[in-house]
Amino acid sequence: MIAVMIGISMIVFGLSRLTGDPRLLYMTQGTRWSQEVWDARGRELGLDKPMVVQYLVWAGNAVRGDFGQSLWHKRNSLKIIIEKVPATIQLSGISYLMAVVLGIALGTISAVTRGTLIDIAVRSFALIGQAAPPFWLALIMIYVFAVYLDWLPTSRRGDWTNFVLPATTLAWLGSAALTRLTRSSLLEVLDSEYIKLARAKGVAGSTVIIKHALKNALIPPLTVAAVLFASFLTGTVVVETVFAWPGLGRLAVDATKNNDFPLVTGITVIFAAMFLFSSLMADLLYAYIDPRIRIYDS
Amino acid sequence: MIRDTQLPDTTFDRRGTQVPVLGTLYQWIRRYPVLPVIVAVGLAIMAIFAPWVAPNHPLESELDKLAAPPVWIEGGSWDYVLGADKIGRDLLSRIIHGSRISLSVAFIVIICGSVIGSGIGIASGMAGGIWDEIAMRIVDLVYATPFLLIALVAAVVFGASLELVLILLTIFSWPIFARQTRGLTLQLKNMDYVASSRVASASEIRIAFRHILPGVVNTIVVIATLQIGSLILTESVLSYLGVGIPAPQPAWGSMVADGREFITTAWWVPVMPGAAIFLTVFAFNFIGDWLRDYLDPRLRQIN
Repeated sequence: MIAVMIGISMIVFGLSRLTGDPRLLYMTQGTRWSQEVWDARGRELGLDKPMVVQYLVWAGNAVRGDFGQSLWHKRNSLKIIIEKVPATIQLSGISYLMAVVLGIALGTISAVTRGTLIDIAVRSFALIGQAAPPFWLALIMIYVFAVYLDWLPTSRRGDWTNFVLPATTLAWLGSAALTRLTRSSLLEVLDSEYIKLARAKGVAGSTVIIKHALKNALIPPLTVAAVLFASFLTGTVVVETVFAWPGLGRLAVDATKNNDFPLVTGITVIFAAMFLFSSLMADLLYAYIDPRIRIYDS
Repeated sequence: MIRDTQLPDTTFDRRGTQVPVLGTLYQWIRRYPVLPVIVAVGLAIMAIFAPWVAPNHPLESELDKLAAPPVWIEGGSWDYVLGADKIGRDLLSRIIHGSRISLSVAFIVIICGSVIGSGIGIASGMAGGIWDEIAMRIVDLVYATPFLLIALVAAVVFGASLELVLILLTIFSWPIFARQTRGLTLQLKNMDYVASSRVASASEIRIAFRHILPGVVNTIVVIATLQIGSLILTESVLSYLGVGIPAPQPAWGSMVADGREFITTAWWVPVMPGAAIFLTVFAFNFIGDWLRDYLDPRLRQIN
């Protein structure tokens, strides 16, 4: 995991050195530096030294949380980033929980009612969620619920009503794959011998589903769900932009528009760390959900 | 079984083969992805012949048509069937020209990604040892990298351009091919027919092309088709965020971004190009799903 983190930091660092003089990236547009400042910045970034030393200087600063001053906000990048983390965690956390519950519930319903109108409706819901561009879905949600019906606020952060639209949008997109996976996995299990035996013994239909079938059927969707949180972190980038949600994703997009290199790299490294942490949790959870993994590994 | 005593929806003809009660056409549509294929072929024709198909010029604006509504809404006209955008450009013509960008980006990337990815996958599966290890660690690294954020950094460093989008998407699309083909190669290379070929002193390259490749080609085709939809989505997200195809090229994602403030007053400006993305991705996902079930059902875990 640390190796991956080093790899990502090398990619980010490499990008900054691929184009001309990296000093230009640290320069606010439209300003001019005197020769002394130019030279001093060069020494600060270690440009007179070999590439390896330059990387170590950069990585050393990054580990200490110093990505350089934001060009746009004129403040330490890390401080700006930390202010925005709670909003992003809140939104992605809530929508993630919604997506997992929704995906598993809908997948189960659709497998049990296979072939009926309910099943077709659920499958369409999932297919739409997989094919709709996130920003477009978000705009349509705004049009329907905020403009046309005027039930909910369009954007920004506030009380719980502000959560509904962005969280539902993210949850819809996230639950789509989960719904389909739960459905196909449950259908497979329902076809197996031990379920037929349970039914033949006269076990009630709902008990068969809940106690016998779901226990095995949920392994694939839960493993996917564990990995899903990482993709929610990036999913927030788009949804935050549409709903003007004051989180990390929107900060990253704004920083890109302002050519604010230190801030963008800072956000990327922080995002990568959160990304890796959630996949580590996913691996641990995986071993917990499916005990067979633990036996294979040892 | 008791449950099966409902009315049958198929019956038998004279030769004893099953024929549907509801008519063969309906059954045919249910069995094969007819509608998605029609949509996809239509899109391809639209993209190739865009200048002839489009009723108006995609970049020319008419001042009296600012945010003109589509034809079925009051005030719309047949000149601009889907309405016009905020500076009076025909939405339909822009969407038709936009299909060129979306489709060509997706196809170029999928061809590069599948060739590079399966090449690396087959090579590392056959070579094994340290090369295999290195290749798979690189795959892991790409999987663990947050794509969108790297795209943002790259856009700051290089500036948004079509070439950048192509390169970025290719870098992030080959690992899935590498991982899947490597797994299959590991199985195939221990087959008897590969061993006999080796005994007959076939070179490694010959084995790779003549004996391994035919075994993995189905998987490559299925993954490629399934990936097209998500590639079109990703390209549209990049364009929407302003780090994809630069203006004034009519990319679907940036068209939605341009029109987003019109969602309250002229909803068709952002909704129409988004609907084009949605329909396209929907069609390709459908074809991909069908192809997977038909050619390679083991891949059901992906996507």
